[in-house]
Amino acid sequence: MTTKQRTFTPAESEDARQIPVRVAEVQEDERFAVEDRDEPKVMSFPHLVLREAIALLGMSLFLVLLSLFADAPLEQIANPAMTPNPAKAPWYFLGLQELLHYYPPLVAGVLLPGLVVMALIQIPYFDVNLKREALWTAPRPGRATLVLLVAFAVAFLFNVAAHNTVWPIIIPTVVVGIIMALPGYLGAHGRLLSWLSSRSIPFYVFFWFLSVAVVLTVVGTLFRGPGWALTFPWREGIY
Amino acid sequence: MSETKETTLTAEREKRRGLMALLHGNRVFRSLFRHGLPDTNRNRALATFSNFFLHVQPVKVRLRAIKFTQTFYLGGLSLVCFGTLTITGILLMFYYHPSVPRAYEDMKDLQFVVSSGTFLRNLHRWSAHVMVALVFLHMVRVFFAGAYKPPREFNWVLGVILFVLTVLLSYTGYLLPWDQLAYWAVTVGANMAKAVPVMGEDIRFLMLGGTEVGENALIRFYVLHCVVLPLALTGVIALHLWRVRKDGGLHLPPLKGKGGEGDR
Ligand code: HEM
Repeated sequence: MTTKQRTFTPAESEDARQIPVRVAEVQEDERFAVEDRDEPKVMSFPHLVLREAIALLGMSLFLVLLSLFADAPLEQIANPAMTPNPAKAPWYFLGLQELLHYYPPLVAGVLLPGLVVMALIQIPYFDVNLKREALWTAPRPGRATLVLLVAFAVAFLFNVAAHNTVWPIIIPTVVVGIIMALPGYLGAHGRLLSWLSSRSIPFYVFFWFLSVAVVLTVVGTLFRGPGWALTFPWREGIY
Repeated sequence: MSETKETTLTAEREKRRGLMALLHGNRVFRSLFRHGLPDTNRNRALATFSNFFLHVQPVKVRLRAIKFTQTFYLGGLSLVCFGTLTITGILLMFYYHPSVPRAYEDMKDLQFVVSSGTFLRNLHRWSAHVMVALVFLHMVRVFFAGAYKPPREFNWVLGVILFVLTVLLSYTGYLLPWDQLAYWAVTVGANMAKAVPVMGEDIRFLMLGGTEVGENALIRFYVLHCVVLPLALTGVIALHLWRVRKDGGLHLPPLKGKGGEGDR
């Protein structure tokens, strides 16, 4: 066996044994997984596991009780020749179905839901959203009036595109606009106003989206009957 | 320390360990769980760490992160619903034929012939409704906590995908009983698809396997509901939970007096 002179050429290999000389490069890097704060910690077992077990059992108990006392609906067999009036989708779609009452299907069934999903996805990437600075640090009536005007303009725009007056959008839009503007006029007096004044614009935008979604769903679920006419659950019941 | 006192202490400790110690000493038990009695921090760490189901979680957690009011456990509770739906869904599949009119007759059988059939269907149905609500509430909670901000932005996107998948699962399941409620709810939805410009008709045709809601639509919805969507949801949930850890655990507002005023 002869000993050969080893020659080293700078190269890269994924197998460190192949190239015995290594060059280390110190690079700035960050792993979120090791982010640590000096604050109280507990062992996951048993503290977290126990809480999870309680949550699992509690939820199961709730679902079992619900299923013991309420029966899932089952109507007549599907009959394409007999359209029920109203023909309602499950409750989580009734906000959309309510929109169909005001807008052409392209807007209500495609454009608006598509925009909502895209808006949700972009939330963490849209730079203006990220800082979450307080909207009001001092009373600014001028800016408060601007906020109100924007709310009215948004409500108006939603209405122009509709063929019926969209009260379920107009009302929450204007109400949220007023809530948003209030600390701008009155200043941060009292707990409620100071809490409202320290909210950020993204908070209010999401709050507005939530209000509109809830109002549309509630109206569609409880307040609509045959021909999608307005009904009152305490008078006519729920369709 | 006197010898008697020491023996009493050990005896006391042994008594406390009691049955659990016996269990942990058992050879069969030890082949399942390799760690000893979890009465030391080391064994508690191993209990999390060496367990396939628990190792998704870190060995130690910040006390604030597991407080109920931090998350209201909404993500976990959504997961409980999904688990219930999977189990009851598999049981329902034993009784279900995706054909017309058999599908509807199977619903009647569940109601009048199968033991606890009504309860089984109720559990599946209500868990589905509760899950849609919980997933939405979880999203709302995450938004108001500001937990979508970097480095968690991609997990938020995965969340939106989970929400869409959850709704689609509910929607496809809605057709399967083949009653009037099912038929017309799906007809309303399919008509919305028609409104898509240019490709509307084609999308609807692809969805229904025909021009109207019939047996082809039923088999398509059945396969989507029982195979495609649950698998997709399982996969994305796994990614989602993995990301929660890789993004540094739960998002918590900065501690008081350490700069920052929390999320607004
Ligand atoms: C099938 C549906 C879902 C399941 C099973 C699920 C599960 C979970 C779980 C168990 C957690 C841990 C903390 C907690 O419970 O809050 C979590 C956190 C998180 N989820 Fe979800 N989730 C789902 C849907 C969503 C949706 C729809 C979104 C948002 C659009 C979302 C975004 C997030 C984010 C950003 C976190 C990190 C929260 C933090 O760091 O505080 N998830 N998810």
